Amino acid sequence: MISESQYIELYRECRSMIHQHSAPLMNALRDEAMTDFEAQGFPSQKVERYKYTDVAEAFAPNYGVNLNRVNIPADTAEVFKCDVPNLSTNLLFVVNDKPLTSSTRDGIYIGSLCDFAIQQPDVIKKYYAQLASTKADAINALNTALAQDGLLVFIPRNKCMEKTLQVVNLLRSGVDMLVNRRVLIILEEGAEATLLFCDHAMDQVNFLTTQVCEIFCGNNSHLDMYELEETHTSCRRFSNLYIKVGADCTVSHNNITLFNGETRNTTDVLLTGERSEVTLNGCVVADKNQRVDNNTLIDHQVPHCTSNELFKYVVDDSAVGAFAGRILVRPDAQKTASQETNANLCASPTARVYTQPMLEIYADDVKCSHGSTVGVLDASALFYMQQRGIPIDEARMLLKFAFAGQVIDAIRLEPLRDRLHYLIEKRFRGELNKCTGCALCK
Amino acid sequence: MANEFVKKVAEEKYKFGFTTDVHTEIIDKGLNEDVIRLISSKKGEPDWLLDFRLQAFRYWQTQTQPTWGHLRLPDIDYQAISYYADPTKKKGNAQSKEIDPELMKTFDKLGIPLEERLALSGTAVDAVMDSVSVKTTFKEKLSEKGIIFCSISEAVKNHLNSAVFSDGSFVYIPKNTRCPMELSTYFRINARNTGQFERTLIVCDEGSYVSYLEGCTAPMRDENQLHAAIVEIMVMDNAEVKYSTVQNWYPGDAEGKGGVLNLVTKRGLLKGMNSKLSWTQVETGSAITWKYPSCVLQGDNSQAEFYSVAVTNNFQQADTGTKMIHIGKNTRSTIISKGISAGRSENSYRGLVKVGKKADNARNYSSCDSLLLGSRCGAHTFPYMDVQNNTATMEHEATTSKISEDQLLYCNQRGISTEEAVGLIVNGYAKEVLNKLPMEFAVEAQKLLSVSLEGTVG
Repeated sequence: MISESQYIELYRECRSMIHQHSAPLMNALRDEAMTDFEAQGFPSQKVERYKYTDVAEAFAPNYGVNLNRVNIPADTAEVFKCDVPNLSTNLLFVVNDKPLTSSTRDGIYIGSLCDFAIQQPDVIKKYYAQLASTKADAINALNTALAQDGLLVFIPRNKCMEKTLQVVNLLRSGVDMLVNRRVLIILEEGAEATLLFCDHAMDQVNFLTTQVCEIFCGNNSHLDMYELEETHTSCRRFSNLYIKVGADCTVSHNNITLFNGETRNTTDVLLTGERSEVTLNGCVVADKNQRVDNNTLIDHQVPHCTSNELFKYVVDDSAVGAFAGRILVRPDAQKTASQETNANLCASPTARVYTQPMLEIYADDVKCSHGSTVGVLDASALFYMQQRGIPIDEARMLLKFAFAGQVIDAIRLEPLRDRLHYLIEKRFRGELNKCTGCALCK
Repeated sequence: MANEFVKKVAEEKYKFGFTTDVHTEIIDKGLNEDVIRLISSKKGEPDWLLDFRLQAFRYWQTQTQPTWGHLRLPDIDYQAISYYADPTKKKGNAQSKEIDPELMKTFDKLGIPLEERLALSGTAVDAVMDSVSVKTTFKEKLSEKGIIFCSISEAVKNHLNSAVFSDGSFVYIPKNTRCPMELSTYFRINARNTGQFERTLIVCDEGSYVSYLEGCTAPMRDENQLHAAIVEIMVMDNAEVKYSTVQNWYPGDAEGKGGVLNLVTKRGLLKGMNSKLSWTQVETGSAITWKYPSCVLQGDNSQAEFYSVAVTNNFQQADTGTKMIHIGKNTRSTIISKGISAGRSENSYRGLVKVGKKADNARNYSSCDSLLLGSRCGAHTFPYMDVQNNTATMEHEATTSKISEDQLLYCNQRGISTEEAVGLIVNGYAKEVLNKLPMEFAVEAQKLLSVSLEGTVG
């Protein structure tokens, strides 16, 4: 309970300060969330969903928390150059947990969750903290108790976001820092959006981020979402993402981890309306001492839905890759089609891979399958390429690139796809430690 | 009249549900150190074995009942079970070597002849009822080859392994010996409110081979009976062991009342180079089945196989699978699991494939298929893969579906009734596993499959 006690004490001591700098709507839930947190504590590795990540150990160090909302300056033009070229986007910077700008255009609100919650609490009251249960998950509880701001994307009925929204999460601090970020994305009936989240860390200090993201897709809405993590080895990220999908929706979520320290992504999709289609993809390139743990749940609650899941890992050096994907087909969710694939490439003797694809099915008229593999590069393919005069290192790089390519090729944003191709190729070639042009790489 | 006929037919489904009226010595219910001492003294065991039992009991007291299985396991009242029942004990303590004719009849009815002349050619049997081994056949013939096949109580006394084990079989196959016949043990629970805790130990020495069969039945009782057994197998250099189980404990009635709780530990150690161990199981009975026959692939080049068909109907629950722990170099394992769920049953596959740091070139292939018959049953797959070596190649695939309408229509078109067609398709689906069973067992298993699924269509 040593890890927990510092957060419990922090909340007791700074309760009024936390409340003072946030919205009443968010404050209303804090006390209960903290009680839930105290009751649970951090999940141990004996808890099935946290089997591969030691949460208590990650939260044990003494991090600073910006509860007093000190303004941390970030000159975005100076420090951030590695955006996606040729991609025309609405660019929004979020420094730690605070969006730098807020805008309302054509009824579409993009900006600070806290500000919107003060102005129009009734609109988001029925959404905030409805999916992320504080009783079921200690990280949800801690985030609900401590998060003071975050991002809100609100797209009203039948509105379509014309440009891709690129959200750049910048971690910035002079001291070791705990960031509690809240994201709420609401697509009303018939709305459409394409979102790209890029995570960057600007300073070489230890960062610990908890991000709780709740997404509501109303009937006949369409969401295309990409998360790209490019931080550094001293960053720890705990992200809990919940997507509630209505009827006739198409939702695709793509989670790409390129540079990180320790990452734990929980993605829960609840299919609550018929005829919806969900795609969850993920690509992980990990080396050094990186740890990536993706834990997904696709909950088929109603009939006639389709889900596809594809996760690919390339694990090198002493990195650890873990994947656990659970597909739950509830009673009477007939005509469900679900496919789950996890493939892992283990490139060094000290790398570790844990994979656990699960099917839990309570309806009979379904087609569900999963497959998972762990292995090395195909020796005969390498030999074939060498015969044709391709040096072994080049051949290895090409095969690894093709392996990860399956997920990258599924990206619908062409400029992003090209950018990732470029980044991953350079990475496999060992030509760069991070993307070029960024202030941190120098 | 008609009702009675229907009742009769319904009860006949589990045809091994009869009880044997034989005088059985049952010790008082409850579990404590005195009970353990009593069992040990009844068996006339050496002191080291009693110490082993007591040590295990003290450890057991510190543990709680695990809850991670996908099962609704009732709280087992360990104090309401009698831990020892001996049907061979005569009234008035008459010392006789003769087996009670009632017991002989029981095993005849079960199709397990204890008379060697009646026996199926090529199968030696160790028949275990409740806590005691009734008779072991062909003992002498096997001993000519140096093979030891006897009850485990006898084994600890004459030749040379948890707290309340009562009886079981012991097999030792000496070096470079191919066991000339299939060895088999037949387990039966007869007495009320007792648990069966048998223990089987198989040691297969260098270069030898044995095929071992295990069959289980129990009478129909309203309350749950507990069966907690341990099977341990040691396989030395170049040796091969084939272990087949056809488990048909009483599954409880159509309302889910009664039935056997089958909580079993099975482990095999592939200690030697080039050793081979194959587990084949057909699980049709038991109210709850919770078992994972596992293999520790310690010897270099060792091979392990796991073939399973698990059928659940009505309110039966099964959570079964395997563990393959690769430790040696160039080790290979194969897992083929076929689950069939019907009625309101739950059927889960749970398995672990672990590759240790030093297990270079380990290879694993797992395939788990589930077939759903009915909209109220569940089929689940929980595979775990832990890989700590980059030279390992692991593949896992799983599918879940129901019998396709096309297949049924095709059969109907050709004059095959739907029920028969389902039987045929299920049998074809399970064939990959059934083929691995020894001949006599394969026939029995096929029949069992069709009986277990009776009434699931329509």
